[in-house]
Order: sequence, then structure tokens, then C-alpha cells
Amino acid sequence: MLRYFLKRLLSLVLSLLAASVVIFLALEVVPGDPAAYMLGLNAQEDTLNALREQLGLNGTLLERYLSWVGGLLTGDFGISYTYRTPVADMIGDRLWVSLPLALYALTLSTLIAFPAGIWAASRRGTYVDAGVMGVTQLGVAIPNFWFAMLMVLVFAINLRWFSAGGFAGWDAGFWAGMKSLTLPAIALALPQASILTRVMRSSLLDTLSEDFIRTARAKGLTKAQAMWRHALRNALIPVLTILGLQFSFLLAGAIIIENVFYLPGLGRLVFQAISARDLIVVESVVMLLVFAVIMVNFAVDLAYALVDPRLRRRAG
Amino acid sequence: MTMFLHSRTLIPGMVLTVLFAGAALISLVWVPYDTTVLDIANKIKSPSWAHPFGTDQFGRDILSMIMVGARTSIAVALVAVGIGMVAGVPLGLAAAARRGGMLDEFIMRMNDLVFAFPSLLIAVMITAVFGASALNAIIAIGIFNIPVFARLTRGAALSLWSREYIMAARVAGKGAARISLEHILPNVANLLIVQGTIQFSLGILAEAGLSYVGLGAQPPVASWGRMLADSQTMISFAPHLALFPGLAILLTVLGLNLLGDGLRDILDPKLRRART
Amino acid sequence: MSLLSIENLSLSIHGTPVLKDVSMALEPGRVLGVIGESGSGKSMTAFSVLQLLPNGTACSGRVSLLGRDILTLSEVELCGLRGRDVGMVFQEPMTALNPLKTIGAQVAETILIHEKVSRADAMLRAAEALEKAELPQDRFPLSRYPHELSGGQRQRVVIAMAIALQPRLLIADEPTTALDVTTQAQILKLLKRLVIEDGIGLMLISHDLAVVADLADDLVIMRQGEVVEAGRSDDLFRNMQHPYSRALLEASGHVPDRHSRAQETPLLQVKNVVRDYVSHAHGLWGKVTHHRAVNNVSLEIRRGESLGLVGESGCGKSTLTRAILGLEEVQGGEILFDGLPVFTHHRANKAVRRRMQVVFQDPYGSFNPRWKVGRLITEPFHLLDTPPRGEERNRAIADALESVGLKAEDQHKYIHEFSGGQRQRIAVARALIIKPDLIILDEAVSALDVSVRAQVLDLLADLSDRFGLTYLFISHDLGVVRSITERVLVMKAGEIVEEGATATVFDAPQHPYTKKLVAAAPALPADVAVA
Repeated sequence: MLRYFLKRLLSLVLSLLAASVVIFLALEVVPGDPAAYMLGLNAQEDTLNALREQLGLNGTLLERYLSWVGGLLTGDFGISYTYRTPVADMIGDRLWVSLPLALYALTLSTLIAFPAGIWAASRRGTYVDAGVMGVTQLGVAIPNFWFAMLMVLVFAINLRWFSAGGFAGWDAGFWAGMKSLTLPAIALALPQASILTRVMRSSLLDTLSEDFIRTARAKGLTKAQAMWRHALRNALIPVLTILGLQFSFLLAGAIIIENVFYLPGLGRLVFQAISARDLIVVESVVMLLVFAVIMVNFAVDLAYALVDPRLRRRAG
Repeated sequence: MTMFLHSRTLIPGMVLTVLFAGAALISLVWVPYDTTVLDIANKIKSPSWAHPFGTDQFGRDILSMIMVGARTSIAVALVAVGIGMVAGVPLGLAAAARRGGMLDEFIMRMNDLVFAFPSLLIAVMITAVFGASALNAIIAIGIFNIPVFARLTRGAALSLWSREYIMAARVAGKGAARISLEHILPNVANLLIVQGTIQFSLGILAEAGLSYVGLGAQPPVASWGRMLADSQTMISFAPHLALFPGLAILLTVLGLNLLGDGLRDILDPKLRRART
Repeated sequence: MSLLSIENLSLSIHGTPVLKDVSMALEPGRVLGVIGESGSGKSMTAFSVLQLLPNGTACSGRVSLLGRDILTLSEVELCGLRGRDVGMVFQEPMTALNPLKTIGAQVAETILIHEKVSRADAMLRAAEALEKAELPQDRFPLSRYPHELSGGQRQRVVIAMAIALQPRLLIADEPTTALDVTTQAQILKLLKRLVIEDGIGLMLISHDLAVVADLADDLVIMRQGEVVEAGRSDDLFRNMQHPYSRALLEASGHVPDRHSRAQETPLLQVKNVVRDYVSHAHGLWGKVTHHRAVNNVSLEIRRGESLGLVGESGCGKSTLTRAILGLEEVQGGEILFDGLPVFTHHRANKAVRRRMQVVFQDPYGSFNPRWKVGRLITEPFHLLDTPPRGEERNRAIADALESVGLKAEDQHKYIHEFSGGQRQRIAVARALIIKPDLIILDEAVSALDVSVRAQVLDLLADLSDRFGLTYLFISHDLGVVRSITERVLVMKAGEIVEEGATATVFDAPQHPYTKKLVAAAPALPADVAVA
């Protein structure tokens, strides 16, 4: 178990390292001098130099990379080119919108998908199954931001149950915050829940046709008992994989959905930064999101080991 | 022909796909109204006989815009799938042929790395560097497709490499490259076609998302995501502006998914054997 | 009163008849052998006793267990009966256990669902059941997971599960087919012991007459969903009436008519060959471990000879085959074919490879499903510098197909249009087409039904007579090896432990392992096998 953990940890560190190099190099190729951009055309050479120094723009490529990564590790993300404030502070505020939104949506989609997938699998070939499959077929095909707009039209503009956009802020209380995240979270969760339901169903059906289910039935277990006691945990393994992969889609989706609801999250931040050519903010946000994706996949790897004794054994 | 009857999803999928692909093709030679000409006098009209889907805030015909938008969506998604296949399939074949070796390890690690970048983040980075365009969307979605195809190909090829007919080909003196082309590729082709359809539909969704947030096609190129973004501020008094482009995306993606399921039904030898 | 009596059982799946008027009976403390080839309905008969049948199955007739008619019971009543009154053992021990649960929990579950006992008590009784299935607690504690056990050990867990509640009836569906011959003998012995000690009635289903012959008190022979013959086994073996049963018996002990033309000149020489595998146990940076699959093996095949190579799974015989065929380089020793090395300068020697061909075990996996037979069997032409074209190629295809008893037109068909036996003929045609000197038969008849196997063995004998072929016959099945080889090698853990004339080695084995192997091999009663 320890060896498995260490091996995953090593691979985690390498992935993060590689990702940081890719992101750094991609944004290094950008033409132009941020310092000149910030100070305008009439800036003096010595002020420019001072600012470059302050922004960490002087030095070789390797020095700049190391100072950037060193900064990331100590929580110093640099200074925004446009706002002249620490990027870490800007991200910190936005994170408290984006992260709860992603987790809220993940929870919703899991809470919908697991029962729906199990229900459809246990009623295989019936109208229940066909109905669930039909709905998920639509759910997979619907663009989530369009679905979000339709929900705004119905629940915010017509029924006035929710506000059409904006974020109440956590200062207004937990429930007020959650309420402003509810429509966005539903919009995000719907396609994810649909995919997850389909995976859950097909994985469960595959497992139910395994030999050991027949063995369990020969012991005297009913169909339902065989499913709950033997099939479910086995079926969970491929579902975990998809759950991990989905997280990156969820983050990407969150960035788009934040735009529909004018939520002050990382998505809005990154688009403002792009139009203002505030590359250091773009760089930091992208790195943060990639970090999140890699961490989630690390967690999924560990979850495998918890579910599957073969993995615990084989790797350590 | 009877094989088409074995799948309930194939025909509806094909109908929807042909409908939108047809609309895109027709738009190359004819559209009801020129989408580059503004007609402010007729702005934001509800659906009528003259404009079946109504007009937008510049008086442009929504139906024509959707036909031209289909062209953008399909072109972007198709090229992106093409990039994914052309780069991903050979990588997957090579990794499987050198399974367990350094090349395999390297290809799979690179795959993992790319998987950590959702196509939206790739698009964000490209846009930050080069500015927004439809080409960005193609590259971003295309890059994301590479590991999808590489992994799928490798996985399927690995199970084929342990088959006895591959052993027979080796006994006949054939090398890894020849075996990959003659035996492996034809036997994973079905899988690739099915996955290609699915990635195509995901590409359409991704393109719509990117152009919605302004990272994809730029005006004056018409695109469904852009149309939705423009309609958002007017949704309370002109919901039809948001309705039709959204439906276009939904139905195209649905059609491709149904087509993919249908193709899987008729192409998957496992299912076919069970049926006979 | 019979323990189990099946009367006029008919069964259809989605309207397709599978069983027709099947009747049989089993008394406590006796063993009923049910024998048949694939498609005979023997497994369906077993599953209908537990009513564990696929969806869309319709049964008629009467299946009475301890006086209760199973076909009239509700699903709840059936669940109460499965595992308590009837235990079942399956064919595939590798997949029959839940990989995520400990063996203790899985055995205890049988007890927990039928009796109101505490978990701890159930675990205690599970330990007893495992002991009874000869898995001692000190070596196989309850906390073991299935993947930590071998196939034979897993089968013992399945048996422990089946007998945990001391059922009256035990159904074993091909319980040893997936196991090595020595393990098979141990499992059969265990089953026999349970019948004698506990007075269980055992319904033993098998395709192999020899496996059942030793154990069964009564026999039922099935074919295409019908019982063709039934009776007490000692009577039945000596006095078979039905032509099919007789054909089956004949095929089981079939010895093809083959004339040895072994010459003195060696065709293939394997000298002190060593083959190591390097495995990165823990990824690229992990510890590197070596596994020696073939250890200092030497052998010689003479021209025109048929040489057998026997051994259990994992003994290295497949690795040796790949080395001989020039597919993998060896780490030590050399392999000479007609005096020429198989490998020169780290490359396989083409001039040698075109004189050797191979036939594999799996009639289904041996062919690319997307190619037509004509293209499939001409694949070895790749080894020739100037492969035949046009009319010449057509003639070669026709000759090869006709020599294995197929038609020249068959070259335009796909492989799925052929049966298992026909496919194996096509595999032989593929091997023959470049007129090799040596054909390696790697378990080439192991996956075939006995009657088809007999036909393919006859074909092989006939071909070697006609073309003067040399065979290396690799198999785990001692009976088959005995019937078609003159000389035999016994391989164990990467080494050859015994070598000699086939009859001598099997009749008077010297090495302890060979003795164990020969003793374990199921055999028909001596006075019958001759008939």
C-alpha cells in the first residue's frame, strides 16, 4: 500500500512539473513586454527596468521559470500587470466561488447518477430503463450554458424564484450563497449526471453478467442481494475513472457557466485577464486548474486502492 | 440492409446528422438571406413566414445564420477529430507494438499530461498568446482529442496483440509495423469510427462553448455559440434568439450520439455474435 | 425416494428448444455423471435444477428434489433452497469468486443468508468448511483475497461455499476443465471424499468420459438436448448400445493410424537453451526481477518424427515454442534447424523460419476475422522471396485446402462461417501451404470436442504420412500425446525432467513428477479402453 502511494505520489509530482513547464513556455512565447504595456509608451528606461525587476522579468528563461515555480510553492503568484495587486489575492477571492460551485455540481451529479444508473440497470429492458436512457441521451447532448440560459428564463425571469445572475457573497450567509450557486450548479451537473448515469448502468450490467454473480445466486442470494452485495462495489471501479475524468470537464464547464450567471469566479477572472492581456493572471489560473485536475486524479488513484484489494496487494 | 434494422438509434441519428450536414453544405451555395447584410429595419422579429426562425438584433435571418453556423461547427469539430485521429491512432499503435517499453511509457505519460488540460484551458492559453479565432478552437479541441484516440487505440490493440492470429503473422515473418497496419488497424477501425462520431459530437459542444465565451470563431463568422452569447441580454423579450441556435446544437449532438450508438450496435462484433 | 429426479424435462430459450424430454435420477451418496459435447445441454440441465436460467427460458416436465417439484416453487422458495439443499461448483474458478471480498466473507455468506447466526459464528463455520475443502487455516486464513490463490485453491473455496451448509445435493459443472491435470486429480478426489463421508449426492457434469469414468456410479450421455443413453457406469462402459455413445467412447481413446518414418538425422536441435524474462515489477524505476522460463533445455527432433512435449501450465513450453520459431531471442544456448541457426546476428533467420510452421490452440482466436480464408492461409508466403502469384497461388490454396479435407471454394469465405473443427483444419492448411518440414502443434486439439479431436488427429497422422512431416506436439493431455507421438519429453518449471519413447515413459515413468502426472491423468477403465 505504501509503495503504491509513493509511486502515485512520484507520478503526481512529475505531472505537475511537466504541466508547469508547458504552461510557462506557452506564455513565454508571447511577444511584447508587459512592463512597457503597463507603463505606456512614454515610460523612462530606468522606471521600465525597475518594474521588470519587480515583476521578475529579467534574467534567463531558467531563472524566470524557477522564480515563478518558487513563487507558486510559497503562495506568491506574482503581481497582476493591470491591477498591480498580488495575483494570489485576486485568485483567493474567486476561488471561493468556483470551488464551491464545482463541488456542489459534483455532489449533485453523483447524487442523481448513482440511483438513476442503479435503477435503470436493475430494470434492464423495461420502460424505466428506456426512459432513463432517453433522458440521459438528451442530457449528454444539451450544451450546459444553453440549458443555463433556459433555466434563467424560466426560474429567474418568469417565476422569479432565483436571481438571474450575480453572487450574493458568503457574507450574506451560507444559504444565500448556496442559493445563488444553485442554478449554475444544476446546469453544470446535468450533462455530467447523464454521462455518469450511463457509465454506472453499463458498468453494473457488465458486472451482473460476471461469473461470480452466478456463484452468489447459487448460494441463495436474491437478484437484488447479489447486486447490492457483490455487483455494486465491482461496478464502481470504472465509474471512479469517469468521475476523475469528469472533474476536468466540470472545471472547464464552470468557467463557461460563470459567464452565464455573471459569477465572480475564476472563469470571469481569466476572461477579463485575457482581454486585458494580463498574462500572469492567465498563467496562474491555468496552473491552478491543472493542479486541481491532477490532484483529483491522484485522489482517484488512491480511491482505487481502497476499493480494489488486488491493487493494494500488487503494488505493495 | 437488414443490419440497419438491428439498431433503433441508427436511422434517427443518420437523419439528424444528414439534416445538419446538408444545411451546412447548402449554405455554401445558397442561404435564404445574406448573413453579412444588416437590415436594421427588420431587427428582432419573431418567427414568421418570411423568417421562419425570426431575425436577430441586426435584422439578420436566424435560419440563414444557423445554416452558416452549422458550417463553422461541423468544420471545426471535423478537423479536430481528424487531428486527434491522425496523431493519436499511430501513437496508440506504436505504443501497443512496443508495449511495456520506453516508447510506450513515454507516449502514455504524454497522454496523461495532455489529459490534465481540458480543451477549454488549451484554448485559453492559445487565445492569450495568439488572440481568438476559429483556428484556436480547432487546435484546442484537436489537441485534446489526441490522447483520447491514442488511449483507445492502444487499449484495443493491446488485447489484439495477445491473439493467436497475431502470433501466426509473426511466425509468417511479419514485423510490428506491418502487423499493426494489416491486422491491428482494420480490427480497431470499427471502434475508431464509433469513437470518432462521439468525439465529433463532443467537438461540436466544445466549439459552441468556446465561441460562446469568445474563444472561438469571431464575427463576422457566424457560429452557434456566438449567437447564443449575443442573445443572452435579450432573452427576456426575445427568447427565440436563444431557442433556435441552442436547439441546433442539441439536435446535432443528439444526432451524432445516436449515430454513434447505432454504429456500435451494428459494428461491434461482440453484440453481432450474440444476435446470430 | 430419490434425492433428485428429473422427469421429461424440456426447456427452450426464447422459443429455441434446448432440452427435449430429459430424465435422470440421483440417490444420496452416489455420483451421477452427465456427459456430452458442447451443445448437448448438459449444463442447462444442471442449471435447471437450481432454476438459475437465462431470461426467456421456459421449462416443462418435473424436477423433483427431496420430493418437492422445483418447477412449481416461487423465487423466494428457490432462494431458500439454493446453497442450503443444493450446492454448486462451476467451471471457471478464476472468475467464480468476487475479487473484492475475502474468501472467509464469501464462504460465511452462504451461512449468513440461510441461518440466523452471528457473523463470528458464521466465520468459524466458514473456517471449518475451508478445512474440509482442504484449505488449512494456517496457510489460507479467512482474510485471503481470491487473487492471492491459484486456480485449484479457488476451486476449493467455491467447493467450501457449496458445502458450508452440508447440502444434500452437489452439482459440479465441469469443475476441473480449467485446471491442470494434477490439480484436477486432487479436486476429483476431494469431491469423491465428500460423497463418501457426508453422503452427498453428486451430479458431475463433464465433456470428458475419462474424468467421469473413475468417479461416477451412474452415467447419462447427452447429445443435442437429449439423453441418448443412461445406466450404471460399470454396465454402460462395457455394453454401450447407442451408436453415438460408442462413437464418443471410441473417440476418447482414439489412436490414429500413423506410420513412423523417423530417420536418424536430426531436424531440429535445441542445445542448452536459456530464456529469461525481465520484468519491471514496479514501473520503470522499480526493482528489476528476472524470471527464468526455460532453463538449460536441450532436445532433438529427428526428421519424420513426432515428438511430444508435455507439461502443466507455466512450465515453459510456450516460451520454448516461441524460441524455436525464432520469435524471441534466447539468452543462452543455441537452436539449430537442419544445422542452421534460427537466430543470426539478433535477427530471425528467414531461410530457416520458412521451413517451420505452427498450429495454435484456439480455433477462434487464430484467424483475423476480417480476412477471407484465401488470404489467411497464404500469410506464410510472406516468408518466401518470390511468393507465388495468380494461377500458381490459386493452385497452392486449393491444394492446401483440399489436403485438409476442405474445398477450394472455401477460400472465398470468412472464418466465422466455419465450425471449430473446420477452423483447426484451416489452421493446418495455413501451416502446410509453404510446405514446411516441421509443424509445431501447440495444444492444437485441446479446445476441440472429442469426436472432432479424433478427426483432426487422423488428419494430422495422414498428412505426416503423405508429406513426410515432422511434428512437435505440445500438449497437457497425456492421452492425446500418447496416441500420436513416438517419443516424449516431460517439462517442469523450465526444465526437461524426463525423455524417452512415449509408451515407455507413460507405462514406466522414472521421474517422480512424471509418475505424478501419469497417475493423475484420468483414464477409462482398462478393459474398456481396448474395445
